[in-house]
Amino acid sequence: MINFLLDFFTILFYTMLDVLPIILLIVFFQLLVLKQPIPHLKRVLLGGIYVVLGLALFLMGLEKALFPIGEIMANQLASPSFLGLEDNASANWTDYYWIYIFAASIGFSTTIAEPSLIAVAIKAKQVSAGTISVNGLRITVAIGVAFALALGTFRIITGLPLYLFILVGYIVVIIQTIFAPKDLIALAYDSGGVTTSTVTVPLVTALGLELSGVVPGSNPAIDGFGLIAFASLFPIISVLGYSQFMFLKNKMSHIKK
Amino acid sequence: MLIKTNIQLFFKKIKTAFLDLLPIILVIVFFQAVVIQQTFPQIGEVLAGVLLVVFGLMLFIEGLEMGLFPIGEAMAYALAKKGSLFWLLLFAFALGFSTTIAEPALLAIAKEAAKISSEAGLINSDAETLKSYALGLRISVAISVGFAILIGVLRILKGWPLYYLIIGGYVIVMLMTIIAPQEIIGLAYDAGGVTTSTITVPLVTALGVGLANVIKGRSPLLDGFGLIAFASLLPMIFVMGYGLFWFK
Repeated sequence: MINFLLDFFTILFYTMLDVLPIILLIVFFQLLVLKQPIPHLKRVLLGGIYVVLGLALFLMGLEKALFPIGEIMANQLASPSFLGLEDNASANWTDYYWIYIFAASIGFSTTIAEPSLIAVAIKAKQVSAGTISVNGLRITVAIGVAFALALGTFRIITGLPLYLFILVGYIVVIIQTIFAPKDLIALAYDSGGVTTSTVTVPLVTALGLELSGVVPGSNPAIDGFGLIAFASLFPIISVLGYSQFMFLKNKMSHIKK
Repeated sequence: MLIKTNIQLFFKKIKTAFLDLLPIILVIVFFQAVVIQQTFPQIGEVLAGVLLVVFGLMLFIEGLEMGLFPIGEAMAYALAKKGSLFWLLLFAFALGFSTTIAEPALLAIAKEAAKISSEAGLINSDAETLKSYALGLRISVAISVGFAILIGVLRILKGWPLYYLIIGGYVIVMLMTIIAPQEIIGLAYDAGGVTTSTITVPLVTALGVGLANVIKGRSPLLDGFGLIAFASLLPMIFVMGYGLFWFK
């Protein structure tokens, strides 16, 4: 218990330092530049205390839950005994199919429930005057992220260079940008950031790092990262692709009429 | 009566926080029970940790919505209206920097990055080096997000087309990839997605939409977006620069 409290207060202290820049920002601009008192000061202060406490608790839980879950899953799903390998037999990339399925399930399930994606989808519907449907977009992006994470784990297992995948992804985005409806481009670019939530990032990062540690011939320092990069690139491709498709479909039905 | 509604509200928030985590929990329980069929190691500790994560995130977001978001939005709007370019740009930079330093996902990934780099023998493994490596990483990402928001605000003011800047950014990312040490590339690419989660997105979106509202001939729906896109691009470039500094 004493250790727990000691841990908690150390983390709490560092969390206060982390939040300090925001406090300075508010005080400086509100009082010195805008020259106005801070509105609802009591509420703002109470909110600040919540933020610091919540962040400290989250960081403690991170070490006890999110990192271990990612590591344990990678260890169990990639262990030679789970893969059913004989002694000394080396695994083929196809033997790791449960890893791909797991990564895809995590990607799909977290994305479909992501509140900020729902917000983006509603805005996309407004901008496109109803051509894009909220649920259609959500499912498309969720499938995109599922595919992204499966592909990301495949890359870690095979040790193929990350930049090649990202380069191809960028080229796809640039080509899509040329043809996509102009009104939706900014929204699509922004959607890359919305799928990587605070809970998913640590879990997926730990999964990738541990996986690169377990798989023979893979180096955590070089191969371990990159899953988040995939998960940020594919929503852009899915949103651009989906809106392109819906606009074309819309056009076709007009022509038919 | 007041206490009763407060308690009801509290349980409602806990429920929402759990519902957000539910998809992950379901997937993991399914894999443990059906696919792996082993008992989960350290189950008690992990469950306690999950509770801390749920409760912590709930408090964190509640605090943001009570204090930071309303005041941040009001300030962004007031500064956009004030019309002083210098203060507006300084605010944009400071907003990007300070919200990124407090971003929980970045804290998590910086810690893992320091651990992995020391295990690979790229940096010393004493606690002091680990700490300064992780802090340095967070500061470079925060500076890059600061610049990203500043450039994004300039774009809204000047009406530059977004895709030119994004494509230019992609080209720089690729050029940096050629000269950066290979141990930093994965982390750098990941840093792009990490910066844009809990705190930064709502405040930065508010700034963009506020600006587009104030400036004549700009539509908040069209011109207000695009700030997040920069905030995912510039960190990649800056973290690769950070890697050049540490590993070479």
